[in-house]
Formats: sequence, C-alpha cells, structure tokens
Amino acid sequence: MVQIEAYVILSAVLFILGAMGVLLRRNAILVFMSVELMLNAANLALVAFAKQWNQMDGHLFVFFVMTVAAAEVAVGLALIVAIFRTKHSIDIDQLHQMEG
Amino acid sequence: METYAQLVPLVVLIPLVGMLINVFWGARLGGRWPGIIGSTAAILAFIVSGLLYFYLIGNDYRAVVVNPPFLNAWISIPSGDMFIPWQMRVDTLSVTMMLVVTGVGSLIHIYAIGYMLGDSRYARFFAYLNLFLVFMLVLVTGNNFLMMFVGWEGVGLCSYLLIGFWFDKARGEGWKNSNAARKAMIVNRIGDFGLLMGIFLIFWTFGTLDYFTPGEIANPHLAEELALEAEHAAEAEAAAVEGEAAPEGEQAAEGEVVAEAAVIEGEAAPEGEQAVEGEGVAEAAVIEGEEGHGGEAAVVYTNNDHIPTEMLGVFGKTERLLEEGGHIVNFGPFSLPFETVLVLITLFMLVGATGKSAQIPLFIWLPDAMAGPTPVSALIHAATMVTAGVYMMVRSNVFYYNADLTSLIVTLVGAGTALVAGFIAIGQWDIKRVLAYSTISQLGFMVAAVGIGAYSAAMFHLVTHAFFKALLFLSSGSVIHGMEHGHHHVHEHGHGHHDDTPFDPQDMRNMGGLRRKMPVTYRVYLIGTLALAGIFPFAGFWSKDEILADSWLVGLFDNNVGGYIALGLLLLAAFFTAFYMWRQMEMVFYGQPRTEAAEHAQESGPVMTWPLVGLAILSVFGGFMNTPENVLGLDGIFGAHRFTYFLEHSVVHAHAAEFQPVIALGALALALFAFFAARTIYGAGHALVRGSRDPLAVRPETSPIWRLAHARLYWDETYFRLFENPFNRTAKFLADTLDWAFWHDYFHNTVLRNGFDALGQFLSKPVDLGLIDGIVNGIGRLARWLAGRLRGVQTGYVRTYAVTVLLGVVLVIVILLLPLFTQAGGG
Amino acid sequence: MEAVSTPTLTSVVLFIPLVSMFIILLLREDTQSEYIRWGALIGSLLTFAASILLWLSYDPAQPGLQMAQRSTWIALSATDATYNISYYVGVDGLSLLLVILTTFIMPLAILSSFRSHVLVERGREKLYYAFMLLLEWAMIGVFVAQDLFLFYIFWEVTLVPMYFLIGIWGAEERIYAAVKFFLYTMAGSILMLLAILFVGTQAQSFALPDIIAKVQANPDLFPFGGLFSTQSFLFLGFLIAFAIKVPVWPLHSWLPDAHVQAPTAGSVILAGVLLKMGTYGIVRFCLPLFPQASIEWAPIVSVLAIIGIIYGAWVSYAQTDVKKLVAYSSVSHLGFVVLGIFALNSQGIQGGILQMVNHGISTGGLFLLVGMLYERRHTKAMSAYGGIWKVMPVFGGISLVIALSSMGLPGLNGFVGEFTILLGTFGSPYLGFFFALFATLGVILAAVYILYMFQKVFMGEVDKEENKNLPALHWQELAVLIPIVIVIFWIGLQPGTFFGAMDASVNQLVTQVTSAASNVVMR
Repeated sequence: MVQIEAYVILSAVLFILGAMGVLLRRNAILVFMSVELMLNAANLALVAFAKQWNQMDGHLFVFFVMTVAAAEVAVGLALIVAIFRTKHSIDIDQLHQMEG
Repeated sequence: METYAQLVPLVVLIPLVGMLINVFWGARLGGRWPGIIGSTAAILAFIVSGLLYFYLIGNDYRAVVVNPPFLNAWISIPSGDMFIPWQMRVDTLSVTMMLVVTGVGSLIHIYAIGYMLGDSRYARFFAYLNLFLVFMLVLVTGNNFLMMFVGWEGVGLCSYLLIGFWFDKARGEGWKNSNAARKAMIVNRIGDFGLLMGIFLIFWTFGTLDYFTPGEIANPHLAEELALEAEHAAEAEAAAVEGEAAPEGEQAAEGEVVAEAAVIEGEAAPEGEQAVEGEGVAEAAVIEGEEGHGGEAAVVYTNNDHIPTEMLGVFGKTERLLEEGGHIVNFGPFSLPFETVLVLITLFMLVGATGKSAQIPLFIWLPDAMAGPTPVSALIHAATMVTAGVYMMVRSNVFYYNADLTSLIVTLVGAGTALVAGFIAIGQWDIKRVLAYSTISQLGFMVAAVGIGAYSAAMFHLVTHAFFKALLFLSSGSVIHGMEHGHHHVHEHGHGHHDDTPFDPQDMRNMGGLRRKMPVTYRVYLIGTLALAGIFPFAGFWSKDEILADSWLVGLFDNNVGGYIALGLLLLAAFFTAFYMWRQMEMVFYGQPRTEAAEHAQESGPVMTWPLVGLAILSVFGGFMNTPENVLGLDGIFGAHRFTYFLEHSVVHAHAAEFQPVIALGALALALFAFFAARTIYGAGHALVRGSRDPLAVRPETSPIWRLAHARLYWDETYFRLFENPFNRTAKFLADTLDWAFWHDYFHNTVLRNGFDALGQFLSKPVDLGLIDGIVNGIGRLARWLAGRLRGVQTGYVRTYAVTVLLGVVLVIVILLLPLFTQAGGG
Repeated sequence: MEAVSTPTLTSVVLFIPLVSMFIILLLREDTQSEYIRWGALIGSLLTFAASILLWLSYDPAQPGLQMAQRSTWIALSATDATYNISYYVGVDGLSLLLVILTTFIMPLAILSSFRSHVLVERGREKLYYAFMLLLEWAMIGVFVAQDLFLFYIFWEVTLVPMYFLIGIWGAEERIYAAVKFFLYTMAGSILMLLAILFVGTQAQSFALPDIIAKVQANPDLFPFGGLFSTQSFLFLGFLIAFAIKVPVWPLHSWLPDAHVQAPTAGSVILAGVLLKMGTYGIVRFCLPLFPQASIEWAPIVSVLAIIGIIYGAWVSYAQTDVKKLVAYSSVSHLGFVVLGIFALNSQGIQGGILQMVNHGISTGGLFLLVGMLYERRHTKAMSAYGGIWKVMPVFGGISLVIALSSMGLPGLNGFVGEFTILLGTFGSPYLGFFFALFATLGVILAAVYILYMFQKVFMGEVDKEENKNLPALHWQELAVLIPIVIVIFWIGLQPGTFFGAMDASVNQLVTQVTSAASNVVMR
C-alpha cells in the first residue's frame, strides 16, 4: 500500500491545478474541465481514505460525486451552448452583465 | 308731644317726594308749578323741623333716636360684629341744623321760583334742590358716621349737578361749568378719602359708628346738674315760696346756671310733673317717679352709668376709655394707645372737613362753584353744604376736645384760611367771587372756633352766617338779574353801539350807582354787609365776637397758644372782611353807573325780594339768640346764651364765653376803620381808576399786594403744576406708553406672540425639517451610499465569484481547523 | 353619596339653558328668527325664575352646601368609593349670589341683542343665541360645580362660546382679540389642571367638600413650608389661572382687546359674569384648600390688587375709547374685590362677594349704555359725543345713576361693597392700615375718570350735527336698564338680604382659613 500522504498530496495538487484552471482560464469549456478536475481530485481523496479506514462510505460518496458531476456537466454544457448562441463566444470575461 | 319725634323721617321723605314729582311730572306741569312744589316741600320740611324743636322743648331737650320705617338695618354682618343701621337722631344739634337747612332753604327755594323762571330745565332745578335737602337732612339727622357720610357725599353729588346745571351753555361756557362741577366733586372726594379713613379708624377702635345708643345721654354732667337743680327747686317750692327766697336763691346757683331765682309755675305736687319754666334759667331735667309715686313712673336717667361700655356710642366710649386710661387699640397688625388713635381719627376727619368746608388746602373748588346759578351758591355754598364740615367737627366735639394736637392744627388751618381767603377777596372783580372767598373766610372762622374748643360759638356763627351769607348771595343774584335786564334793555332798544364782546353781568366793574335803581336790594345788601362785617347790633357782631372772645380766653386761661394765634389772625381777617365788603358796596351801589346796563338796571320782582327781606330780618335779629350776659341789659329781653344752653344738651363741651368788651369794641373799631379805609379808597367816585383799574392796583406801594390778591395767590396755578398736570401726564404715560405700547404691544405682541411665532418657525424649519428630517433622510442616504459602495462587489465576472467562493472555503477550513493548530501550538 | 340621585333645583337651574339651546337649534333661522330670539329670552327668564326659587329655598343660617346633588361619573378606584370624578353640584352662601347674578344678566344681555345691528350684518342669529345659552349653562356650571374636574370642564367650556361670540360678531380686530382671550385664559388653566391633579391624587378625592374636610383634619395634607413650598405652588397654580381671569394686574392685557372688540352683549356677559369666575375661584378654592399659603401670600397679592386699583383707574382716565375706559375700570373695581378677599376676614370677603355682584350690575349696565350709544352713532370715541344729556334726557339720567354706582356713591350699591372691603382691609391682621390707605385713594381716582367720561359724553354743548337728533330710548332698551337701576338702589339701601345670604358660609370660610394661622409665621 502506498502511503496515504501521497494520495492526499496528489489530490491536493490536482485540486489546486483545477482551482487555478477555474480562476485563470477564460474558455468556459476549459473551466468546466478544471471543475471536473477538482471534483475528481476530491474523488481520489475520498477513495484513498476509504481504503485506509476500510469504510465503504468513501466509495459510496464517490459515486454520488460522479453522478452529480455528470449532471452538472450536462446542464453546464447546455448553458454554454445557449450562451454561445447569444454571444457567439465562450469567453467568460465577456459575461459580466450582472454586475452591480 | 312725644310722638312728634317719630316724624323725623318725614323731614327726609318730604323733599324726596318733592324731587320725584318734579323729576317725573315737573316738565309737564309747566309754569311756576315745579318751583311751587319744590318750595312747598322745603316749607313742609321746615314745619316738621319746627315740630321737632317744640318736641324737644317739651321733652326737656332729651335726645331721641328714631328708626325710619322699613329700613332699619343697613349694613349688617353678624359674623364681623358689624351693624350699621339707618337710624335718625333728634337732638338739639341736629334740630338746629335742620331748622337752618330747611328754613334758609325754603326762603331760597321761594327766591329761585322767580330767579330761574324761564330756564328750559326749571323742573330739574327744583328736583336737584330738593334732592340736596334730602341728602343734607340725612347728613344732619343721622345717628352714625356712615349715614353722615351718605349725606356728605350726596350733597357733593347735588353740588356737582347744580354747579354744572348750565352744562350746555353756548360758546364753551357750558364746558367750563361742567369743569367746575367736576372739580368740586373731585376735590370733595379727596376730602372724603380722609373722612373714610377716619371712619375706618373709628369702627376698628370702637366697634360701632353710632354717635350715641338709644337712651344714652349726650351730656351727663348737664343732665345731673339740672336734675340736682330741679330737686332743690322742688324743695324750695315745698316751702311755698315764690320769687326770691333764701333756699331757692342759694341752691339755684350752680355751675353755669345763672344765679337768678327759678320761677316755678304750675302745680308742684310731689308726684306730678314739675314743669320748670321761666326766663333766664337753663333747661332743667325733670325727674319723675323716683319717689315711686303714681302717675307716669318712667325712670329717667341722668347719666350713662347704667349702660355697659360695649353698648355705648363712640362718644360715650371715648369718655369712659379716657377716664380709665391706658387703653391700647388694635387694628390689623398695628396697636396704638387710645389717645394717639384719637389724634389720628380727628386728623383724618379734618382732611374731610377741609374738603367739604373749603379750608386750606382744598378750598379751590368753591370759587369755581360760582358758575352755578345764584340760589345754588346761596344754599349750598354758603349756608348749608359747606357747613357740613363744621357740623361734623362739632358733633365730634368729644374727639376734638381730647385731641390737643389736632385742635391746634385745626385752629391754624381755620385761622389761616380765614386770613388768606379774606386777603384774596380784596382783589376780585366778580361779585359772586368776592362772596365765595368771603364764605371760605367765614368758614375759617368757624373751623378756628372748633379748634380752640368754642363749639357753640362755631355753631352760632354757622347759623348767623347762613342768614347773612344767603342774604348776600341772593341779593347779588338780584343785582345780576337787574344787570341782565339792563343789558337786554340796552340791546333791545338799540341804544347806541352793538357790542359783540360778551357782557359779564357779574363783573363789578360794569356796575355802580345801583342804589338808586334797586333800592330794596341795596338796603338788604347793606344789612348783610353790616352783619357780615360784625357791626353792632347785627347778627354777625355777636357770633364773631363770641369766637374772638373765646380765643382770647382760651389763650389766657388754658395756656393754649392756638388761642392767641387765632385771635391775631382772625382779627386781621375781620379787618379784611369789612374792607372788601365795603369795597363791594362802593363799587356796586354807590357812585355813578359805569355802563349802560347798570344805567338801565331794574329791581327784581317780589317773589325774589320778599325772601331777601326775610333773611334781612334774620340777619338783624338773629344774633340775639345767643346774647351774652350783662351786655346792655339785652339778656333781660332775650335771655343770656340761650343758644349755647340749647346746644349744650347735645354738645358736651359747648360753653358760653364771657363777653369781652375790650375785644368786642376793638373788633368793632377795626371793622369801622376798614369801612372808612374802603370808603376813602373806593368811595365818592374813586371807585375805579381810569375806568377799570382798582385804585389799590395803581398805587405803587399796594400794587404788588393787590395783584397777588387778584391772582388768588396763584393757588390754582400751583395746584395745576404740582398735581393736575403731572396726574394727567402720568395717566397718558401709563395708558399709552406703559400699558399699551410696552406691555400690550411690545411684551405681549412682540415678545410673547412674535417670540412664540419665531420659536415655532425655528422649530418647524431648522429643527424639524433640518435636524429631525435630516436624520431620518440621512439614514436613508447612508444606506444608499453604502449600497452604492457595496454594489461594487458584484462585478459580474464569474471568475471573481469563483475567487470569492474559494476564499470563503479556505476561511471556513481555517476556522474549522483553528482549534487543532492552537492546540498543537499549545500542547 | 348615592350613586345616582334625584335632580335637585340646582341641576334644574343649570340645565334649563342647555335644553333651551337645543330647542333653539331645532328651529329654522330664516323663517323662525322671531321664535329663536324670544325663545332664547324665555329660556333665560325661566332660568332666572328658577334661580329665584333657589334663593327662596336657600336657608341662610346653614353654612354648608345646599340643594346638592352627587352622582359618580368616573370611578377612579375599585376599593374607595369616594375616590371618583362625580357630577357634584350645589349652592352655598359663596355661590348663590353669583348664580343669581348670572341668571339676571343673561336675559338683559339677550334682550339687548334684539336690536343689534351687528347681528343683522353678520347674520347667523341662531348660532349667536345658541352660544349665549351655552355660555349661560357653562357659567352656572362653574358656580355650582363642587367637583374639581367638573369645575375645570365648565371653566374651559366657557371659553368656547365667548371665543366665537367675539370672533364672529365683534369689531374690526375681533380675531386677534378672541384668540388672545382664549390662549391667555387657557394658559392659566393648564397650571390649574396640574394643581387639580396633584390635589386630587394627594387627597384621594376630587370632591371639594371632602377635600376641605381632609385639609381641616390634617393641615399638612398639602405640605406648607413658606412662600415657595408645595402648598404655595398649588395655591399659585390655582391663583394664576384665576388671576388671569379677574384680571389681576399685570395679567390684564387681554381685557381691553376683548372688551373693545366684543359685541355689546358679549361685553356685558364678559364684564358681568366671566370676570367674577376668577374671584369666585379664589374664594372657593384657594382659600379653603390652601389656608396657610393664602395667609402667607395675602400681602403680596394684595399689593398687586392695590396696584390694579390705582393703575386701572389712572389708565382709565387717559382713554379716548369709552369701552376701553370701562374695561380698565373693571381692572380697578376687581382690584377692590381681590383686596377684600385677601383681607381674610368676614367684612372683607362679604364685601368682596357683594362687590362682585355690584360690579356685574354696574359695569354690565355701563356696557349696555355704551352699546345703546353705539347703535345710534356707530362710534365708541368719546370725542364724537358731547351734550347727549340734553338730547336724550332719560338716557342721561339713567346713565348718571349707573355711573355714580360705578363710582361708589353712598346710597348706591357700589359704596356698600367698597366700604365693607376697605373696612375689612383696614382691620385685617394680615393687611392693615397702609393697604387700606392706598386702596382708598382709588376712591378719588374713580371719581376722576367716571366724571370725566360723563362730562365728555353727556355734558357740554351739542356741537356735532349727528348728535342733535338721536332717537329716544326704545321700550326694549328701557326694559333692560330699569331692572339694573332698581337693583342698584336696592343693594345700596338694603343690602341686608344679600349679606344675610352670605354670612354663615363666609363665617365658616374665615374660620377655616384663620384656624390655620397658627402654622404661619407672622411678619
């Protein structure tokens, strides 16, 4: 068994990469990909800890997360298509009409 | 006889009815009827007074107190121990005054029938005259000081109405008449203020205002003496001796009673009445029933010992309190010894007397009062109203006798007034004004007499003065009437030039030579002058000399310096009196007429001249009612000091003065000398120099003095500068500046109202709108500003939101893990 | 103390005017104006008749409240039945004469309005007479109320109709005068309300006889400690309200305005009755409730009264408007009344109450006379007249009588009151000689202004054309003046009936006040 720390570090790195992607990328699809990365990073951490403590809760929760991720991607991509239809661009920096 | 005393309310009611008839129906009756009604009322009142006089004689001069019907209690406050009734008193003093008032009054009423004929308000005139009689009689018949005060002010009111009777005379004369009337009333009111204060003091000192309670004897000493005398006379009678007999002769001589034998007439049975009549002896008290025999067994007291002190009237109480001595009077927060209180009371009453009886310093109204018709001047301002002050002081003789300080002041005031007024009279041109100042002067004589304690002399002079002063005034009215007739005659018949300058029929400069035109008037005027100047044997001689004699005796025997002062001043005043009267005679009756009006003057009708004659007779013989003893045997004919003895029953301190031949002759000589001087200066054509200037005004040595007299010592002007003008200016100042401009306008309108408005403006705009609304709105603005700022957070960029979410998550994790770190650190 | 009692004569007298008012309000102004007028007159005459009945039923020997009626109105305590606000009315020696004065003056005032031009000009006759009757109800209420709150209510209610009477039917500056009158009086009343609340809660009762009994039993009920202690402040609270009403110098500025601007009947009622409410209040409340404070403050208030006497008379003399002259004379006359009251002895207080009646009659009469002149010439300036006595002799004669009554000529009513007041002041242990001296000076000053007024208006030549043909007195005018003249002579010659009605009650009052004297340190 690999050390749990390795898994956690990997999960963290992946998460940070994903967070960076969300914050720094302008392409909406790439943002989504980064979001998926973050989710999967969380999944990794969950599975690793489930294995360590021999609990089934972690594995269960991963399934939930994957389902939610899939649903969210579906909705999100639908939103992006709708936005593309109006703005002909998926640059999220151009979506600031709801400013104060 | 006894029930006649109950008639005394009639004496007031009859003139009242006369007045009411004239007020309501007089104008309708027309002609002379109002005058006849008025005069009848006066005459009836005189008859009633006469009945009362005879009653008194029959009742041995004992006083009676009568309650008028329907009207007993006047001011009654039981819880304040205050009971002042309407109560009338019939005694020798009040009957004397009643007789004078109604007697002289009747003659004046009759005179006025003719004098006022033709006046548009004829009926009103007689209504006022009768009303005057009502009030004057209330004054003299009242048994307490408040009734006297009612009469006192009431006659002041009538004086006001009558002085201002011609209030609508043209060319501003009516206004001047009304001013004179108002002046009289206001100056009188100043005197009334003093009298009121005196009355308050009297009430709080004695608890009552009554002179005497019913049954109280005014003069116990006299009553006791006379009772003793009657006893001795009865004893002598038992020895059946008539005429002069030893026991009678001895015992009859006591005190002031003349040492003549009492002649007893009628039955002298032990039980029956013992009527003592005769000449020369003073009235004796009849004692009945003391021996308990049958017949009328009414107990008659000769003194007041049986009456407890609280029940006595003010005079009786005074005597008792003075006898006991050492009494302290408490009124309000003050307390003073009784003797001091007496001085205060008498001083205040003196103030009242100076107002009513026209003494210094309140005499200024009387000369102006001459604006009224002449009968008014005669009745009110010579014979009756002005004597009310003297009456009051004589009635209160018990007070004045025991207040030495005040008596001195009274003497000075009286004598001073006599002199000053006499002096002023020398410089006057108006015939009535001379008489007015003469009245003031003679009142001064009376007041001075009161001051030195010669109460009966004062009353005697009061009576004789009423006779000859009324005579003089009415005669002057006759003269004025004659002059007016002459003036009309001149104008009607178009003699000569038509002069539009107003003609004053009262100005002596327009007269002259009327002796031939108006013989009856001339003769009675002469009699009046002689009486006034004090020429033997006219009335004034006796009364004036009694006063002078008394002042000499008082100065000599009582060590009263006031007596000497009075004598000196009064002698000088007597000189002036004779002087200005003869001046008047010269200017009016002797010499040649100086104007056409005087040329055509006419004698007055009989309805005017007959009362004059009546008064003249009284002026000639009136003095004999009080002849002194041993003077030319006159006392054999008329009796000695009858009037004094009559008065003594009411006036405790009345006494007869022995005749002083030196003083009498001296005064007579002085008067004759004054006549001579006046004759020299004014007589035989010298009456006026260069048409209208007084000879005295021309001579350099007498000119300033005469001008001072003519200007009436600038008295009225001084009063105007000292009192009237400041009063008026203060009134205007208080009313316009202080009360209206400052208090009403400035303080209430500007300060309070405008201040309140300003406060309201301030509160509504800067405070309410500015501050409070400001705060409320400010909060709103703050919220908006904050919102505006905070709005910036919503950038619209998804990435910003993502950062926020991230940061939030990090924050939450840190917070959740914080305990771990701190624990790790600490642990 | 029944919960509801049968109506007594007092209540009958009180409510007849109110009932008459309602009847009048039902009539139509345009067609039934005669009925309105005469209805008002009859209503007031009925009230007068009832008040005479009241007088006849009154037993003068009893000092306490008679023909009283008490019904609980607002209960303030569940446990104590006496602690409530009640409808409590009754008469005693202090108020009987004033009730009769009110009912006597009202018919005269109403009758005098029949020929009033200003009513014709401004219209709204029905409202006018309704206000008069309402005012009568309120005035009688003030005099008969024995409950503090009831008194306050009636006191305030009198302001409203008077305000309208002045404001609608008055002269040029009527609004100013009406508002000033209302606000000035109300300002004082507020202080009185404060005092009433304190008194009521402290004494646990609002019924006056009860409170007085408690004060007598416990002199420290309202603690007294000198000139500015609790009791003194309470005393002042009441006094200031009354002093404004009387009016006492220097709170008199509203009076000239109110009088000059008011219509004739308004002035008559104002001078005749309303001013007396102030002096009555002092006698009814200040003296028995706060005896020590009354004694302590007596000299100070008396000084103000004397200033009022002299100042009022002096200022009167300088006036050119005859109504203003009479207004200031009221200040002077009522100064005498206040002085008499604070002499705190039987003569002073009885003189004061009698003088209240006298002033109502005389000054009411003067205002009626002025009104009659005004109807003829429409001016109140004295310079416009002159010589009127010649033109209208009967009017002149009656005016002379009324003027002399105002001046205090002995034999007429004014003198009896003035004399008794001054006598009481002279002998009062709290006032004394100097107070009487200065007050008696007022006697001289009164003559000055009255005689000047009389001379200016009635004497002199008739030099103005307009004055030469003035119409003679109408029978209605004569009917108004004759009763006044009769009463003037009656009170002047036989005041016994009037004093007799007061004696027992005043004696009781004086005893109540002076028994507290031991608590006061004398000067």
